[in-house]
Amino acid sequence: MEILQVMKGFKMNNILKISYRNLLRNHRRTLLTSSLITLGVVFVLVYTAMSGSFKDYMISQITDSSMGHLQIHKKGFVASVENLPLDKNLNAASIEFIEKILKNSKYVESYSFRIKFGAMFSNFVETTNIRLNAINPDQEFMTLPTLKDRLLNFKGELKKGEIIVPEIISQGMGVKTGDPIVLVANNKSGSVNGVNLKIAGEVERISGPGGRDGYIHIYDAKKVLRIKGVEVSEIVVRLKDVSMLKDAIQELKPILNKLNKKDKPAFEIHTWEKLSPFYNIIKMIDVMNIAIQIILISIVLISILNVMIMSVYERIKEIGTISAMGTPPKTIVKLFLTEGLLLGIFGAIVGGVVSVVIVEILDLIKITYSFGRETGLILSPSLSFNEVLTVGIIVIVISLIASISPALKASKLDPVEALRTN
Amino acid sequence: MIEVKNLKKVYKVGELNLTVIHDFSLTIGEGEFISLIGPSGSGKSTVLNMLGCLDTPTSGTLNINNKDISSLNQTELANFRGENIGFIFQSFNLIPVLTVYENIEYPLIMIQNLPENERKIRIENLLKEVGMYDQKDKTPDKISGGQMQRVAIARALVTNPKIVFADEPTANLDSKTAHMIIELLKKIQKEHNTTFIFATHDEKIVSNVDRLITLVDGNITSDERV
Repeated sequence: MEILQVMKGFKMNNILKISYRNLLRNHRRTLLTSSLITLGVVFVLVYTAMSGSFKDYMISQITDSSMGHLQIHKKGFVASVENLPLDKNLNAASIEFIEKILKNSKYVESYSFRIKFGAMFSNFVETTNIRLNAINPDQEFMTLPTLKDRLLNFKGELKKGEIIVPEIISQGMGVKTGDPIVLVANNKSGSVNGVNLKIAGEVERISGPGGRDGYIHIYDAKKVLRIKGVEVSEIVVRLKDVSMLKDAIQELKPILNKLNKKDKPAFEIHTWEKLSPFYNIIKMIDVMNIAIQIILISIVLISILNVMIMSVYERIKEIGTISAMGTPPKTIVKLFLTEGLLLGIFGAIVGGVVSVVIVEILDLIKITYSFGRETGLILSPSLSFNEVLTVGIIVIVISLIASISPALKASKLDPVEALRTN
Repeated sequence: MIEVKNLKKVYKVGELNLTVIHDFSLTIGEGEFISLIGPSGSGKSTVLNMLGCLDTPTSGTLNINNKDISSLNQTELANFRGENIGFIFQSFNLIPVLTVYENIEYPLIMIQNLPENERKIRIENLLKEVGMYDQKDKTPDKISGGQMQRVAIARALVTNPKIVFADEPTANLDSKTAHMIIELLKKIQKEHNTTFIFATHDEKIVSNVDRLITLVDGNITSDERV
C-alpha cells in the first residue's frame, strides 16, 4: 500500500511538472490570463477592504457614539419616538426587572439609562426646539465609548446644571461653551417648567436617529420634567461582541416575554440595525460585494475556459500520442485539470499579495472622504486573512470547474482521429 | 502472438456504411519484422490501428498474447497498450515541453508507474543504444529529425513492449538517416526479439523486412516471407 502511495505521489509530481511546462509553452497567453484573474482578485479585495472600512467606521460611529448595540423601551415607544412621548417611560419596577437580567447576561458589557424629551432652547435672545438625551454621564460614556470623540470644546465632564448642545444649534444660535442658556419643557401632565443651564460643550451630528440630540444630566431632566422617583425612556445596551447580537437577543428573551397588566408584551428590544436607516446602506454594500464577486467568478470562468479549450485544440495530436502510448483517460483529465488549477492558484496568490500591498498603501495614505454632511472621514481599509482566503478559494474552485469540460473533452478524444490531426 | 480472424471494419459515413476491411485473417509470431504495404486507401493504417488496439473492429476476433481485444473498453485498451505495445509515428510526436530523457521516461511514469532507480537504468541503456545519451537534456526542438525518431524509438521500447507498430517511420527522414533508423530497428529486433509491424511505402524498409503483407481494398492480396 505504501509503495502504491509513493508511486501515486511521483505520478502527481510529474502531472504537475508537465502541466506547469505546458502553461509556460504559451507564456504570453498564460501571463495574460493570470493577469486578468489577478486584476479581478485585486479589484474584489480592494473593494471589499474599502467598503468594509467605510461600513465598519459607520457602524462603529453609530453604535459606539450614539445608539449602542441594543435599545430597550416600553412597548410602543419607538413607534412614536418622533414625538418623544413622556407617557411611555419605563417605571421603577420595570427598570429593576430589566436591570437584573442585563446584569446577569454574559453578552452585555454595559448599559445606560436615558430620558428622551423635547424642549425649547433659549439664549435669551432667540428660542429654538431641541431634542435631548438626559443621561447619567459615567454610564453613558462607558456604554458609548466614542461619544466623547464627537464632543467639541468639551471640558471633560458633564455635571449637573450643564448641557451639551448639538453643533447645529450652537452654530445657529451663536452660543459657545460656557454660555448660560434656558431650557423650557412641558412635563407629562402638560405644565411648563424651565431650568438655567451652562453649555459644557458641543456635539457633532452623525447620521441616523438621535444623531442631532443634545445631552444633559438626568438630574436636570427630572427637575425640569418634575419627575419624582425613577423613570427612564430608554435603556441603551452595549454588548461585549456586536457579532453576538442574535445570541444576546435570545438571552434577553425574558424581557420580551414579560407581559403587562393587559397581558400584552410590556417591553420592546430593538437592535441598532432596526433603528438605523444606515443599515440599508450596509445591506446595499453587501449586495454590491456579492455582485462584484460574481463578476470575478465570471472573469475566472470565461478566461480559464477559453485558455483550456484553446490548449486542447492546439494539442489534439499530442493528446492522441499520449493516449496511443497508453495514458489512461483519467490521467489526461488530471493533466488538464492541473493546468487550469495552476492558472487559478497563480492568479489567486499574486492577486492576494498585490491586494494586501495596495490595501496597506491605501491605509498609509489615509484617504479622506465625505458622507452626507460629515467631512474629513478617514478611510482605513484592511483585509482579514479570511477575506483573502475566501476569494482565493473561490478563484481556485472556479478554475477547477472551468477546466472540467475541456479536460473531459481531451480525455474522450479518439486516439486515431487525434493522431490524424495536424 | 497476434491472431486475427475474420476481422471487418465498417465506417459509417452519413447514411452510408463504408467497409474498409473485409474479412481479414492473419497470424503474427514473436520477433517478426513485418511490413504492410499497399496503395493509399488500401486499409493499411486501419489494420495497423486495430492491431495496435487504437481502434476496435466492427466484427471478427483479435487476440494479442491470448487476450481478446475486441471486448475491452477505452481505459482497458489504454492499459493494454501501455503494457504491451509501442508506437513509432511518422512525425515522431515527441512531447515538446519534455526533454529527451523525460520523453522516454513519460510512459514509465504516467503509464507503468516504475520507481526512479529502475527507470534510470532502463532509460540510460536505451539512450546509449539509440545513440542519444549525449543529447538527453535537450528538448525536441533542439535536435534533428533523425535524432527525434531515435528518441521516439527509445520511447516506444522503454516499456519493453512485445510489439511495436510504426506508421511510415522514415517518411520524414532523409535517406541516410532513414537507413540508420532501419538498421537500428533491426538491431533492436534481434536483441530484444520484439515484433515490428510497419505500414509503409518506403522501399528501404520493404527490402529489409522478413515478411511482406500486401493489402488492396481492405483484402490481403499476398502474404510472403522474404
